[in-house]
Order: sequence, then C-alpha cells, then structure tokens
Amino acid sequence: MRFTLQEMRTMIARHKRWDHIFGLVGMLCLLLGILTLVVLFGQLLLQGMERLTPEFFTSFPSRRAENAGILSAWVGTVAVMLVTAMTAVPLGVAAAVYLEEYAPRNWMTAIIEINVTNLAGVPSIVYGLLALGLFVYQFGLGQSILSAGLTLALLILPVVIVATREALRAVPGSIREAAYALGATRWQMVSGHVLPYSSAGILTGMIIGLSRAIGETAPIITIGALTFIAFLPNSPVTTDFPFISFKWLMDPFTVMPIQMFNWTSRPEEAFQLNAAAAGVVLLVMTLAMNGLAIWLRYHLRKKIKW
Amino acid sequence: MFKKAILAACLTLSMAAAAQANTLVKIDGSSTVYPLTEAVAEDFQKMKKGAIKVTVGISGTGGGFKKFCRGETDISDASRPIVKKEMEACAAAGIKYIELPIAYDALTVVLHPQNKFASTMTVAELKAIWEPTAQGKIMKWNQVNPAWPDMPIKLFGAGADSGTFDYFTEAIVGKSKSSRGDFTASEDDNVLVQGVTRDKGALGFFGYSYYAENTKKLKAVAIAEKAGKPGVLPSFDTVKNGTYQPLSRPVFLYVNAKSVDKPEVKEFMEYYLANAGKLAKAVKMVGLPDKAYKQAVANFKAKKTGTGFGGVPEVGVSVEDLLQREGKH
Repeated sequence: MRFTLQEMRTMIARHKRWDHIFGLVGMLCLLLGILTLVVLFGQLLLQGMERLTPEFFTSFPSRRAENAGILSAWVGTVAVMLVTAMTAVPLGVAAAVYLEEYAPRNWMTAIIEINVTNLAGVPSIVYGLLALGLFVYQFGLGQSILSAGLTLALLILPVVIVATREALRAVPGSIREAAYALGATRWQMVSGHVLPYSSAGILTGMIIGLSRAIGETAPIITIGALTFIAFLPNSPVTTDFPFISFKWLMDPFTVMPIQMFNWTSRPEEAFQLNAAAAGVVLLVMTLAMNGLAIWLRYHLRKKIKW
Repeated sequence: MFKKAILAACLTLSMAAAAQANTLVKIDGSSTVYPLTEAVAEDFQKMKKGAIKVTVGISGTGGGFKKFCRGETDISDASRPIVKKEMEACAAAGIKYIELPIAYDALTVVLHPQNKFASTMTVAELKAIWEPTAQGKIMKWNQVNPAWPDMPIKLFGAGADSGTFDYFTEAIVGKSKSSRGDFTASEDDNVLVQGVTRDKGALGFFGYSYYAENTKKLKAVAIAEKAGKPGVLPSFDTVKNGTYQPLSRPVFLYVNAKSVDKPEVKEFMEYYLANAGKLAKAVKMVGLPDKAYKQAVANFKAKKTGTGFGGVPEVGVSVEDLLQREGKH
C-alpha cells in the first residue's frame, strides 16, 4: 500500500491529535484527584481555622465546644503509633527477609506470599474483630494502648512486609554473590549488606504503613475505644528507680480519628468546627509523615554507592 | 546477655504495672445518657484535679450492659431499664447492681418545618405509621388521616440496637422492637436530623437534645395520647409535670454493687447524684424532681440492689414510684 505525502501528513496529524487528547484527559483525571483533596482540606481549614489555637492542643475534650481540645487524642495517637511501629517493623522486616532471602522456593512459600499480599486488602474492621477476640478478651489486655497498638500493627504488617520485600529485591544479586564469595554466611550477607542498602525502601514502607494506621477508626472503635477521656496516660518516665515505667501501655486512651468521630455526632453545631480543626491536624500529621518518608528515601539513597 | 536482662526487666515491670490497681472509674453504655455522664465526669475530674480518672464510653444501652455484666465496667448508662436477658447474664456472673434513674429524656417526633398539617398527632396515628403491618402499605400522609395531603411519607428513626428505638416502639406500637423495617435507621442522630430537613414529607424521632439544637430546621409534633385530647409539645415543663406522654422516659445508671466499695466510684456517684439536676439542664435533658434525687441518694447509700422493672418494659412509670419498688434480680 502506498500513501501520498499529503495522506501521510493527515495521518500523523490525526495520531498527534489523539496523543494530545489523551494527555489532556490524563491531566484532568489527575487534577480531579488532587483538587478533591485540596478542596476538602481547604474547606476543613476554613471551617476549623478559628479553633486552631495553642489551647486546642493543650486542652482536654469538654462538653463546651469552645473549651474542648485534642490533648488526650494526640497524645494517645502518638503512644499508639509508637507501639504499632515497635511491633510491626521488627516483625514485618524479619518476615520479609525470611521470605526473600531464606525461604526455599516451593508451593508453601508461594501460598504464604499470595496470602501476605491478600492480607493487605482485608478490610480494617475485620482486624478490629480479630483484635477484640484475641487481644482484648483472650489475652486480657483490655481497651488499652497496647491492644490498639497491636491491632494496628497487625493491620499494617502486610504493607511493611510487601514494601520490605520490594526494597530487598532492588538490591542486585551480584552484591549477594560477592558476599558469599568472600565466605560470608547468609546472615552476615543480609545484616552487613542487603539490609543497609535497602533501609531507605524499608523506612518508606514503614512510614506509609504508619500513615495508614494513624487514620484508622473502625478497628479501634471495635476494640471499644469510643470513649470520653480527659486525662493522659501514665508518664513513661518516673522519678523513682528504675525511672522508666510501662504503665502507660495498659492505660485507656483515645485517638484523633475517634475524637473527630465523637465530635461529628454531637447535636451542637459548634462541635463540627472542632471536628474540622481536628481533621486539619490529622491531615497535617499524615502529610508530614509522608513527607518524612520522601525525605528519608532521598537522603538514604544518596549515601548508597554501588 | 545484658539485652536479655533488660528485656526481662521491662516485661516484669509492665506486668506489675498491669496488675496494679488504678483509681479509675469505668463507665459505658447509652449514647442518650452520654452527654450527662460526660458533663459530670468532666466537672468531677476538674474538681479532683486528675486524682481520679473517669472514662465514659458509647456502646449503646445493650452493648453497655454486655460489658457491665461481664464485670468490665463500674457503671452502665442506660436509656431503658435492664431486660430479662441482661438480668440473667448479670446474675450468672454474680454481679449485683443498684438501679438509679437520673434524668428524663423526651423522645421527640419531628417534621420538616414546612409541614403545616400534622402539627398534632395522636398516638394511634403514629402507630398506624410505625406498626409492622404498615410496611409497604402506609406510604402517603392521606392514608393515615384523610385530611392530610396526598404526599409520600419518608421515615427516619433510631437504629434497632438503641434504647431509643426500644422505647419508641414500646410506647407507640405497644411492643418493644416491633416496627416496620422500611425506614432510614441510624445510630447517629445527626444523620436523622439531616434526613428530615431535606424532605418535606419526612417524619422522624430521636432524643430531645437533638431537636433542641436544631429548632430552626425542624418542627416538633405535639403528641395527643388519645383522639380528642389536646396535643402536648415536648419541653422541660411538659416533661417535668408529666403531661408529655407517652414519649417522656426516665434514663438510668446501673452501678455495680461491688464497685461501690471502691472509694473512687462511691465519691463519683455521690457527686453525680448531687449535680445531675443542674447538669441535666446544661446538656438539654430534663432533671428529676428534687425529691426523686433524694430518694436515689438514699437508695444508693442503702445499696438497694435489683431493678424495679423485673425485666419487663413499662411506659409512663413515675420515678418516685419506681425508687420505692422492691428490687428484682
């Protein structure tokens, strides 16, 4: 088949037109997603602005909307996140290292791998029900910071495992072979080379997991934390020997999303402003954590020289 | 080795911490009673400067009793009296309780503000709308009363787990939990408020405080006990003098008799009973007559356990009468 020059030009122009059209549609899709977030954030900010005072962060919840604050909520969120990170990261990283570096390639491993990926998609409320039966009643941990932290750790464990495995896979096989060639054991190879090189990816995975956990409401409500709390957990540092106390782990608590939920179900309009302000704080917390992940990834990657 | 020792020390410490008793008062239960209990808890903790900690949960009346009868909470908020099944659960766990009415709530039936025709409704009319046989049949206002227009009825009500739903069905339909199923149900009363404000043919019911905060957006229905009797609007006065019937109801606290031995629970309850009347007003609930509070304090001091209802729901009981009754277990 032969085309004249003119025909070829119109054909190219037509294809280029489609190219532009797709580019435009793609951009619109992107804008739609971002604009929704921006509008939502803007609306929350406008609504909650007047409540975002220093006192808002240092006051306990109250029945008077203008005196109510998020002190117990943000302290609770930080404490729960601490427990979550302390549990999910060692467990998740160890599981991923085993799966990636140690586990034999057979059908058992294949099943476990598929299940880990599937677990990441299990609705969070299911984890809440599991935790209610297991942690709260079976282990007798009650509605404590420890229960909530462990629940959220379970929830983000698949995320941490998947991210860690991706990071481990990005380390070239030649590094492993070089370590073996020098007589390193598998553990020496993992701890001395693969883990340090993949730490950027692992940290990113951990923080993405934690930023999912920080906004979770359903599993925490399920374990029974929808509660008015106007006090702080016991301090982790004490004046008497041994100066460190773990009492706070067993304390009742509330977290940011639950405080918001509580305020939105109030009859008085003024509480809606508090909920909006708490929403802004929660969003900023999440965005800050994501920002931290990007920053860490950038700086740790710079250090690696193959 | 050293690391292991530290780990062991940490574990022992956390165990010891867990075993140690905290001066903590645990309360859970009804969302209707929650605002009052929360207000008391807030003021009480301020007064004690944090020496006693109080937690107030919202699990609904039924959910609250489940925890209460497992011995997990000291006090249970309830917007209806304890029922047979819950009494049995408590008895099985060896838990005795003191039943204390602490305020009134007026269940309020609301309409869209532009609804001019149904300003007064009789209990019989409400029953015709809400009874189970109305499902799929009574869909228009003129089917209830021929004087009303040919306009679809949109129904909104409390969810089936709430004491509010139990009481409404008991008082209107005549049997607890017996209702048509084709209405918008929500435990979150704000959802109901929004629903009723958006539909001209809407009718809904919920606790008085949600109406009181939204009087501009909603219209309350005057309730007539029987056809021919005058309709009565819900208000502090009509609830207190007993004319707003049958939808005004007492709400309760159930206190674990064993917990009363703990000084922090005793002190909290004494504070609660002394301040409930004043704080009820602040949270848009209706306080009991002073005489009833005095009787409640006496019952509490005497540790009078059991319920005055015997597990059977009743409509229109006077609180004074109730406090005098023999406690059933």
